[in-house]
Amino acid sequence: MRLTLHVWRQKGPKDPGRIVTYDMPDVNPDMSFLEALDVLNERLIQRGEDPIAFDHDCREGICGACGMVINGIPHGPRRATTACQLHLRTFKDGDEIWVEPWRARAFPTIKDLVVDRSAFDRIIAAGGFVSVPTGSAPDGNALPVPKKVADLAMDAAQCIGCGACVASCPNGSAMLFVAAKVSHLGLLPQGRPERRDRARKMVEQMDREGFGACTNTGECEAACPKEIRLEFIARMNRDFLRGTFAERPEAE
Amino acid sequence: MSWLGRLYDSTIGKKAIMAVTGVILFAFIIGHLAGNLQILIPDGGARIDAYGRFLHESPVLLWGSRLVLLASVFLHILTSVQLALRNRRARPQPYEFREWREASYASRTMMISGPLIALFVVYHLGHFTTGHFHGSFEPLKVHDNMISGLQVWWASAAYVAAMILLGTHVYHGGWSLFQSLGISHPRYTPLLKKGAAVVAVLITLGYVLIPATIWMGLVR
Ligand code: HEM
Ligand code: FES
Repeated sequence: MRLTLHVWRQKGPKDPGRIVTYDMPDVNPDMSFLEALDVLNERLIQRGEDPIAFDHDCREGICGACGMVINGIPHGPRRATTACQLHLRTFKDGDEIWVEPWRARAFPTIKDLVVDRSAFDRIIAAGGFVSVPTGSAPDGNALPVPKKVADLAMDAAQCIGCGACVASCPNGSAMLFVAAKVSHLGLLPQGRPERRDRARKMVEQMDREGFGACTNTGECEAACPKEIRLEFIARMNRDFLRGTFAERPEAE
Repeated sequence: MSWLGRLYDSTIGKKAIMAVTGVILFAFIIGHLAGNLQILIPDGGARIDAYGRFLHESPVLLWGSRLVLLASVFLHILTSVQLALRNRRARPQPYEFREWREASYASRTMMISGPLIALFVVYHLGHFTTGHFHGSFEPLKVHDNMISGLQVWWASAAYVAAMILLGTHVYHGGWSLFQSLGISHPRYTPLLKKGAAVVAVLITLGYVLIPATIWMGLVR
């Protein structure tokens, strides 16, 4: 099949960048989107041009490394699918496809489609953990977790931290990511004691990084390859508001 | 920083303030509509004029509620502008190609419908509260002021347009406020969204009825 790619090319952080059009007359519909970029890069290298830089690692939709905005939608048009799991058969022969990096102040572009997502790491470092000695696993059923709670925590824990929520949000907000982390830790017994403090610290770090605020448009939920739900943002709001509004003063 | 400072400083705290002030304004919108619909009672204005006098009877209640509303409007606008500026800064470079999948038209235009409603409120206060923008204003003559004010076609049109904008604003705001305050439930949130849509349509229809019927000469 034939595709025309309009790809964002940017030499480095300071380069203003531009769209460059590449014709791909003979791609296999069963290739993944990243494989198509690999093929294109092989050709660029043969022609002595700079290959397109893009992030990837597992190529099976679980690591969260890949990520590009394809035709105006992070990870492309298929719901619940990362760019590495998106196949060219999703498109029609002759389609024109626009490929851009995540665009957010907190995710500065490094090169072409690669952005710096270390803001997410700093949010995790601010509170995305459980401060208890780990040691060996507890005995089975020593810490009962109701099935529904475990399922809900698992739904939130699916987040792979790819940043599609930020990329899709009209406000460049990271609320869905932070909400997923706050929820999955806060729902389980080990993470419960710190849950309000955690929400407060992670949200404060998120704000410091320069992400936008939520206007409840639902774009992030639609873009999320792991189907994290808006419901978790409400849960984070709840934990944060309680942790700020109703926090007990420190004992002297 | 004190807890209040931390709350105000955060995106979520500001959004909670928008939601709480939004609820207050929402309550006012409904009460105001119920009061104003009395113009439709064909009694030569007896009921609505009595209602007007009742509102002015107690200066404490009148100024108390005006103060609460004013503070709400002020906080609602202040936080919305601060958040909107932050949101704009969060994406300095726009996409070359952008597609919307979930974001409703109403949700993407809150920062257009909101400021236009604010402009309308200024006009509306000058029209029926102080009388500055009214050709033949007489204090406490609610019925006469409404009829003569809204028989002017462009004034009526401004009211209709503003109420449609208000409808879109509360269509999104009416459910968004719950989410902002941390209230979400897989069973009730979908109902809440539908409920907000129904309430938005009812509010718009109710308010539009007043200028429309007066302008058409059905209420005199
Ligand atoms: C009668 C007047 C108004 C009513 C009843 C009203 C009501 C509401 C409600 C209930 C919300 C939802 C709050 C939330 O999501 O937490 C909201 C949000 C909002 N309002 Fe208003 N509002 C009014 C006037 C205004 C004005 C004058 C502005 C002008 C700047 C404004 C700008 C906004 C914005 C930007 C949002 C946030 C939108 C979003 O979350 O997507 N509103 N409003
Ligand atoms: S490369 Fe790991 S999720 Fe796509």
